[in-house]
Amino acid sequence: MSTIVGIEPVDGTPAVASTIESASLFRRLLRRPAAVVSMVWLAIVVVVAIAAPIIWPHVATQNAGDIFDVLKGPSWQHLLGTDSDGRDVLQRLLVGTRVTMLGVAEAVLVTLAIGVPAGLTAGYFGGRTDRALGWLTDLTLSLPGLAVVFVVLSIFPDSMLAGMVTLGVILSPYTTRVVRSATLPIREELYIAAAQVAGLSRSYIIVRHVLSRIVGVVIVLGAIYAATALVTQTGLAYLGLIVRLPAPSWGGMVGDGIAALTNQSWLIWPPGIAMTLTVVAFGLLGDSVRDVTAERWSVASVQRPSRRLARPVAGAVVAPPVPASATDALLRVENLTVAFGSKGSVRVIDDVSFDISAGEAVGLVGESGCGKTVTAMSLIRLLPGDGEIVGGRIVFDGRDLACLPEKELRRVRGSEIGLISQEPMVSLNPAFRVGWQLALSVRTHDGLSRRAAHARAVELLRSVHLPDPELVARRYPHELSGGMAQRVAIARALAGEPKLLIADEPTTALDVTVQAEILELLRELQRERGMAILLVTHDWGVVADLCDRAVVMYAGQVVERAALTPLFREPLHPYTRALLLSDPHNALGGDELPWIPGGVPKPGFWPQGCHFHPRCRYATEACRQRPIPLEHPADARQTRCIHHDRLHHDQLSVVQ
Amino acid sequence: MVRNPVVRVVVRRLYLAVPLLFVVSALSFLLSSLAPTNVLDVLLPNGSPAQYVALAHRLGLDQPVYEQYWHWLVHALGGNLGTSYTTGQGVKALIVQRFPVTLSLVVPTVVVMFLVGVGAGVVSAVHGGAVGRLIDSLTLVGFALPAFWVGAVLVSFFAVKIHLLPAIGYVSLAQSPGDWARSMVLPVVALSLLPIAVMARQTREAMMDVLASEHVRMAWANGIPPRVIFFKLALKNASMRAVTVGGLQVIGLLTGTVFVEQVFSLPGLGSGLDTAASTGDLPVTQGIVVFFTVVIVAINLIVDLLYAVLDPRVRTS
Repeated sequence: MSTIVGIEPVDGTPAVASTIESASLFRRLLRRPAAVVSMVWLAIVVVVAIAAPIIWPHVATQNAGDIFDVLKGPSWQHLLGTDSDGRDVLQRLLVGTRVTMLGVAEAVLVTLAIGVPAGLTAGYFGGRTDRALGWLTDLTLSLPGLAVVFVVLSIFPDSMLAGMVTLGVILSPYTTRVVRSATLPIREELYIAAAQVAGLSRSYIIVRHVLSRIVGVVIVLGAIYAATALVTQTGLAYLGLIVRLPAPSWGGMVGDGIAALTNQSWLIWPPGIAMTLTVVAFGLLGDSVRDVTAERWSVASVQRPSRRLARPVAGAVVAPPVPASATDALLRVENLTVAFGSKGSVRVIDDVSFDISAGEAVGLVGESGCGKTVTAMSLIRLLPGDGEIVGGRIVFDGRDLACLPEKELRRVRGSEIGLISQEPMVSLNPAFRVGWQLALSVRTHDGLSRRAAHARAVELLRSVHLPDPELVARRYPHELSGGMAQRVAIARALAGEPKLLIADEPTTALDVTVQAEILELLRELQRERGMAILLVTHDWGVVADLCDRAVVMYAGQVVERAALTPLFREPLHPYTRALLLSDPHNALGGDELPWIPGGVPKPGFWPQGCHFHPRCRYATEACRQRPIPLEHPADARQTRCIHHDRLHHDQLSVVQ
Repeated sequence: MVRNPVVRVVVRRLYLAVPLLFVVSALSFLLSSLAPTNVLDVLLPNGSPAQYVALAHRLGLDQPVYEQYWHWLVHALGGNLGTSYTTGQGVKALIVQRFPVTLSLVVPTVVVMFLVGVGAGVVSAVHGGAVGRLIDSLTLVGFALPAFWVGAVLVSFFAVKIHLLPAIGYVSLAQSPGDWARSMVLPVVALSLLPIAVMARQTREAMMDVLASEHVRMAWANGIPPRVIFFKLALKNASMRAVTVGGLQVIGLLTGTVFVEQVFSLPGLGSGLDTAASTGDLPVTQGIVVFFTVVIVAINLIVDLLYAVLDPRVRTS
């Protein structure tokens, strides 16, 4: 089969795989205490539901017990006491389990029997079938569910079957929706296509290959509906609508307890606790199955990115006094080290140092995953997840930002250091007008009145050359193009008149013509406002356009620092050189673009010695043994390479 | 085609409402024709054959089901939902009389749900950790405790044991606002546990998603104070989910009142449903279901309109 269609079935033989999966699902559940406790409790409930009416057959028809012993609390004779007719509460509770669980089973079976096939059909066939079922689902969801159950009970009095079947029907659209959305991705998988080409019947494919994959989802739904059905069944039994007296049921016993509440408040507790524990057991079982199946899916499918909150992080280091600045740098980063993970276990930025003078533009260059963005974001202490500055200093305008209290740092963000990001469209809040968002920034920094802030916002929009700024101010972000959104983002960053602008890949997401316009705008702002720019990018063309100097990063470290002209003429680190050679701007037409073999090692997997040595053609034994320090081969030049003079000779012979 | 998107939303909702009301009302006639027991046996346990025929004729039960339905439909469109089999009261009058009671139970519950549920969700999203776990476990408890049982426990403590609040009975708001409030405290608490739990959990999820988004990161980078980021910016983004959940919960509450009204002897629509169902009073159950369906259509419409208020993309696209 696979040779004919040229694709391999993903799961081997799915029928066999599904049996194995169900078995492993159960084994995984056994490893979770909550799941085990729930399953044990539910098993006890089921055994009681079957056995109790057989052991005490008279209880179901018993109208009165010991009439001289009514409403007694727990005693040795009656472990849970007696009710208002002198009947033993424990016996009634155990015998009443059957009708309660029977009602639950009826509703759950009906809802799954309708919802699972409907969801599979809608998801598998799609198109018109899907739309028709979707319409029916919407319709059913708009019904006043429980009230329909009452209509049915007024037509079929005392019929628990009619009531619970109706409840099952009312709940089925939720099942349909969930099963449908679980089926959709499976339907797209290759082995389904292979099975179709092999001529297997649709019903066979649906049952064998699709249904077997959504067993987990169905169990989760079953558990949720069992909990819902139990609450509803006991409620209806409490109202006396589905269980004919004197037969006991948990809901009915709560009703008896409420009737006797002024004389004996004990009676509501035994059935209440039984109900609550059983509902919790269903809930925990459902949660556990969901977690276990999600675990399994995440191994096979794409790893879901963990949800990380980009939040300010506390300064890590106790503030040492900042010595009077040796140079006149606006920003001086010294030995900055950033780590992720609990207790800062994984270093992502290692001993990074560079500086930026007032009004200067510096490029931070490297491949993705080298730590450029983390470095830039740590300057204003906005690290994702559990990122933390574990060492070094960030001296800006005479203060160390690495250990400035959060409250003071907030005054630096936006008003002294501005940020524009890679994705202008999502960097603005979709729920507020552009003008309002700009005015919010203006008010935060200047404390202007609303009206003055709005006027200033319009002025800012004009200063980034947006045509008709009044109109743009009234727009929502989704009404802007990418280029307009980036101009708005720049205008917002200018609201606090920062001395330094961090531009994180500001043109990557934009069209080529728009890129040039945005770069022109940044150049103009730098020139006219004397604003320093830290440009994070992987694009040498952008660096060449805007920057005076460049800092090249590789695997969390600075590998080279130099002014742009000497760097372009004569890179002194093999990585810089390779990066320059692989730049598309340098390639001649028809030439194959040179590329760097291998990839950037992930944090935590940095090689010993020089981080670049596995990809480096100059690497020697010395490169593998110990960390490489930054060297000063020439004035205002630094490189983290011990072979820079070999590189120097190479340049002379190779480049030209 | 209608240009204004808001009008379009309204029109689409109403389009769905017509077949919905048709299905709901037709269903009960269809089911009653399948009923195993004749309603006449219930109303006239020992009647003579002549009395049967007379009663059947008076109630219109001697006609074919589709004619009965047509008859009902024509009257319903004129605002007449029929009369109760057992009391002879007009169904419309019964709804007018009982709906205020249900409303005075549902409205405070919805207010409590939004205040406490959204508040707890936001607080746990902002503070995380222990508060978040606490809310998760409270959610489970909220799911697991049936409202009528919670009602019974509340009565046994606050009314029977410490005599702080009345156990049962209803005082209308117009009659005495103070007594009305006292009579509503326990029922509202019993009814609101589940919606609060659901709302808190969903709000927390929504807030966590928003706080992880790029525009919130940029707001931090702009130096916007945390107070503004959490309660002005992110809360508006998260409120869409809260409104969706709120709408579904209100729909659930309407019928959820049936159990709580019984515990506290409140003469609302829920206990009307209960009484009618136990006496086989089909015109009443049917009338209330049709009425609830109309209310649900209205709630869904309000939710759609709130979307348009909260999300500019709905309004302008």
